[in-house]
Amino acid sequence: MLAQAIFYALAALTVGSALMVALSRNIVYSTFALLGAFMGVVGIYILLAADFVAMVQLLVYVGGILVLTIFAVMLTAGIGDVTVSNRAVGTGSAIVTVGVAASLMVYAVMRTPWHQGTSLTTAPTTYGIGNAFLGDYVLPFEVASLVLLAALIGAIVISRHEAKE
Amino acid sequence: MGGGITLDHFLVLSIIIFSLGIFTVLTRRNAIGILMGIELILNSANINYLAFAFYGGGKYDGQIFAIFVIMLAAAEAVIGLAIVLAIYQNFKTIDVDATETLSG
Repeated sequence: MLAQAIFYALAALTVGSALMVALSRNIVYSTFALLGAFMGVVGIYILLAADFVAMVQLLVYVGGILVLTIFAVMLTAGIGDVTVSNRAVGTGSAIVTVGVAASLMVYAVMRTPWHQGTSLTTAPTTYGIGNAFLGDYVLPFEVASLVLLAALIGAIVISRHEAKE
Repeated sequence: MGGGITLDHFLVLSIIIFSLGIFTVLTRRNAIGILMGIELILNSANINYLAFAFYGGGKYDGQIFAIFVIMLAAAEAVIGLAIVLAIYQNFKTIDVDATETLSG
């Protein structure tokens, strides 16, 4: 029962924050609501016995992506003007599209008899993840570092303010 | 885990977050708002990965894919926000409807 209560509390935090991200009139409120969504997802990860992924999510999303997003919001002007900062169009058709897609997905999830393993272990995961990264997944692991390097250089090249002529 | 939480709970939660992310992407005209919607979508995909990893027998493959998704989300956010700032320098707005110079 305790796990169920925790799950519903985390789900309410996540979904409420995501609703605010989707519906808020002000882009600044959306950005700060994103913090609640990310924190709720961290809790969900911990509930799923993924301690390492939860901490990575906390460091990368909350510590990196969210701060970067707040910087971008603050660096672009017009955020104080509520009418232009977070304009939404096509709400009706978007609701219909998303509603149909979501109900189809929920129907599919409910109808499918998912294969479920028997042993739901909650052991620490860092040992296994480290072994897998330096074993089976060593090539994607190294390619990931190249991707991050390319993203680093690309971001500098794109956002550098160059005086033309 | 007991406690009455099943795989379906996590999948439905993930669907809800995914739908809200899609809704954000579809309706926002602010480029940063669209990027936030994409972050929500990636988070919902990660919940799916970890839920299947947990209820599928506790292998590490799902968690490793989730870490790769987080890594790609970080790269995507960096590049996306750099593009947004470049657009802002050129157009003085980040409303995606205003930046239609290329459309014939």
